[in-house]
Amino acid sequence: MMKRNPLVLGNKTLKDVTDDICAPIERFPSKGWIGMFLGAKTLLLFYIAILASVVGVGIGLLGVNSPVFWGTMIVTFVFWIGIGHAGTLISAVLFLFRQKWRTSVARTAEAMTVFAVMTAGLFPLIHTGRPWLDYWLFPYPNQRGPLWVNFRSPLLWDVFAVSTYATVSMVFWYIGLVPDFATIKDRAKNKIRRSVYGALSLGWRGTARNWSHYEMLYLVLAGLSTPLVLSVHTIVSFDFAVSHLPGWHTTIFPPYFVAGAIFSGFAMVVTLMTLVRIGFPEFKNYVTLDHMEVMNKIIMTTGMLVGYAYAAEFFIAWYSGNQYERFVFVNRAFGPYGWSYWVMVSCNVLIPQIFWFRRMRRSIPVMFVVSIFVNIGMWFERFVITVTSLHRDFLPSSWGMYAWSWFDTGVLFGSFGMFFTLFLLYLRLFPAVSIAEVKPVLNVGYEDKGGHH
Amino acid sequence: MAAQYTKGIAGIWTEESAIVKAARKTREAGFKKFEAISAYPIHGMEEACDIKRSWIPYVTFIAGCVGLLSGLALTYWTSAVNWPVNVGGKPFFSLPAFIPIIFELTILFAALASVAALFVACKIPRMDPPVIDPDLSSHKFAIFIPYNDVNYDEGKIESMFRELGASEIKRTEY
Repeated sequence: MMKRNPLVLGNKTLKDVTDDICAPIERFPSKGWIGMFLGAKTLLLFYIAILASVVGVGIGLLGVNSPVFWGTMIVTFVFWIGIGHAGTLISAVLFLFRQKWRTSVARTAEAMTVFAVMTAGLFPLIHTGRPWLDYWLFPYPNQRGPLWVNFRSPLLWDVFAVSTYATVSMVFWYIGLVPDFATIKDRAKNKIRRSVYGALSLGWRGTARNWSHYEMLYLVLAGLSTPLVLSVHTIVSFDFAVSHLPGWHTTIFPPYFVAGAIFSGFAMVVTLMTLVRIGFPEFKNYVTLDHMEVMNKIIMTTGMLVGYAYAAEFFIAWYSGNQYERFVFVNRAFGPYGWSYWVMVSCNVLIPQIFWFRRMRRSIPVMFVVSIFVNIGMWFERFVITVTSLHRDFLPSSWGMYAWSWFDTGVLFGSFGMFFTLFLLYLRLFPAVSIAEVKPVLNVGYEDKGGHH
Repeated sequence: MAAQYTKGIAGIWTEESAIVKAARKTREAGFKKFEAISAYPIHGMEEACDIKRSWIPYVTFIAGCVGLLSGLALTYWTSAVNWPVNVGGKPFFSLPAFIPIIFELTILFAALASVAALFVACKIPRMDPPVIDPDLSSHKFAIFIPYNDVNYDEGKIESMFRELGASEIKRTEY
C-alpha cells in the first residue's frame, strides 16, 4: 500500500496547532505585512478615485464605444468572479470528495472567494452607467406600474446568481470561522479582543451535540455550494452564449467558462499561498509543498481543458460552415487583436505544461511565476472573448477598435488594490487556516502512532 | 445572567481517545443530559454519546422546496399575471428562461434556512457563556454533568471521572 504523506508537518500537538495558527493574529504585524498593506491601501485609494471619476463623469471615460460596448468592466468582472470559483471548489467540492488535503487551504481559498466576488460585484453595478439606480435590478413592488424586471434576460440571471453566490459563500465561510473565533476568544488576554471575537464566535461552545449539527450543516452547505458554483459561471457564460453574436453564441461556453474559472482561481490560490508561506513561516507546516503540488496538477489539468476548448471552438467554427463564425475566429487569432489571443494561448496552455516535471511542480519560485502568467492569461481570455467578438461583426462599415484609456488601466489595477487590502486585513484578523478542521487530520501520515480512526 | 446556566460537575481530559471512552462510560452509567466538549468534531463521539442524526437536512429540504415554489411564483406572477410584457415574442410564462432564477432562489432559501436551523439547534448566538476551561477550545476535552441529571451524585461522579483518567475535576456551571 502507498504510504500517505502527512498533511501537517512537524509532528504537531493539538496545542501547537492552536498556537501556530493564532500567532499571526496575536503578534504585532511584520514590516513585510505593513509594507504590503500600505501599498495595497494606496492602490485602493487610487481605485476609489478612479471609480469616483467613472461614476461622476460617466462611463465614457473608459474605452467603451461603438462597436465595443462591453469592455474592461465586464472583462474584469468575469476575471474576478472566475477567481472566486476555486475557493468554493476547494471548500465545497473537495469536501464532498473527502479530499483531506483541502483542510489547510480551504479557509484562505474561501476568503479569496469572498473578496474576489466583492471585487467583481462592483463592475456590473458601475457598468450600468447609473449605479444609483441599481436597485432597479431587483424585483420589488414599485410605483412604475409595477414594472417588473425581465426574467428572460441572462443579465438578470446574473444578478440572482452572483448575489446568491456572494451570500452563500460568505455564510459558508463565516460558519467555518465560528469555532475558531471561539478559540481566539478563549486565548484573548485583553478585554476588547475578547469581546470582539466573543461576539463573532456567537457564543460557540463545542459540545458533542453542537458539533453533530455543525458537521451536518457543513455537509449541507457544501452540497448546496457545489451546484451553485457551477451555476454561477454557467450563467456568467450565458451573458455571452445566449446572444446571437458569432464568437459568443456557442454551446461550449458553460463548461469552458467553469474550467477556466477553476483554472484561474487555482492560480490565484497558488499566488496567494506562496506569499502567505513567505510572510507567515509557521504556515509552511500546514500548507506544505504537497499541497502546492496538488494545486499545480489541477492548474495543469484545467489549463489543458481550456486549451481543448480553444481548439474545439476553432474546429466548430470551421465545421459549422458559417462564414461569420469562421471569420470571427480567424480574426481572433490573426486580426488586429491577434496578439492578445496568443498571449492567452501561451499563458494558459503552453506555460503550465512545465508542471509535467515534478521538480517544477514543487519549486516555489517556478509556481509563483507560472501562477502570475496564468492570471494574466485568464484576464486576456475574457478580453479576447469580449472585445474581439464585438469589434468586427456583420457589417464591415461598423468595425472598430476598443479605445483603451488610462481609466481602463486604473480600473483594472485598482481592483487589485481592493482585493489585496481585504486579503491582507483577513490574514491579520482571522485565522488563516481552519483550526478546528486541521486538528482531526493531524494524524494522517502518522497512523502508527495511534489516536484517530 | 448566572440564573440561566446550570450548575454541575465537569471532568477535564487531555487525550482524544480518553474522552471518547469517558463519554461512553458516562452514558452507560445512566446519565442523559451530559455534554462532551471538544475543540473539534471527534470521530466516534456521536455513537459514544448516543446522539441522534441531526434534523437540519429536513429544514434544508423544506426550505429548498419553498425557495423553488417562491421562484416559480415570482417569475410566473410578475411575467404572466401582474404586468405581462411581450419580450421578443416569447411566451409570457417562459419556463426554461426562468429556471436559473428558480434554481438560485432554491439554493439561497435552503442555505440560509439551514444556517438558521443551526442557530436554533445550538442555541446560538449566546451572550458570553460560562467557560469551564479556556483550553477546551484548543487542546483539552471535558464532560459536564448537570445537577438535574438522573443519578446525580457528586461523590460518585468524581470517583468515576478519576477512574476514567480525568486530569482535573471542577464544580462549575454551564
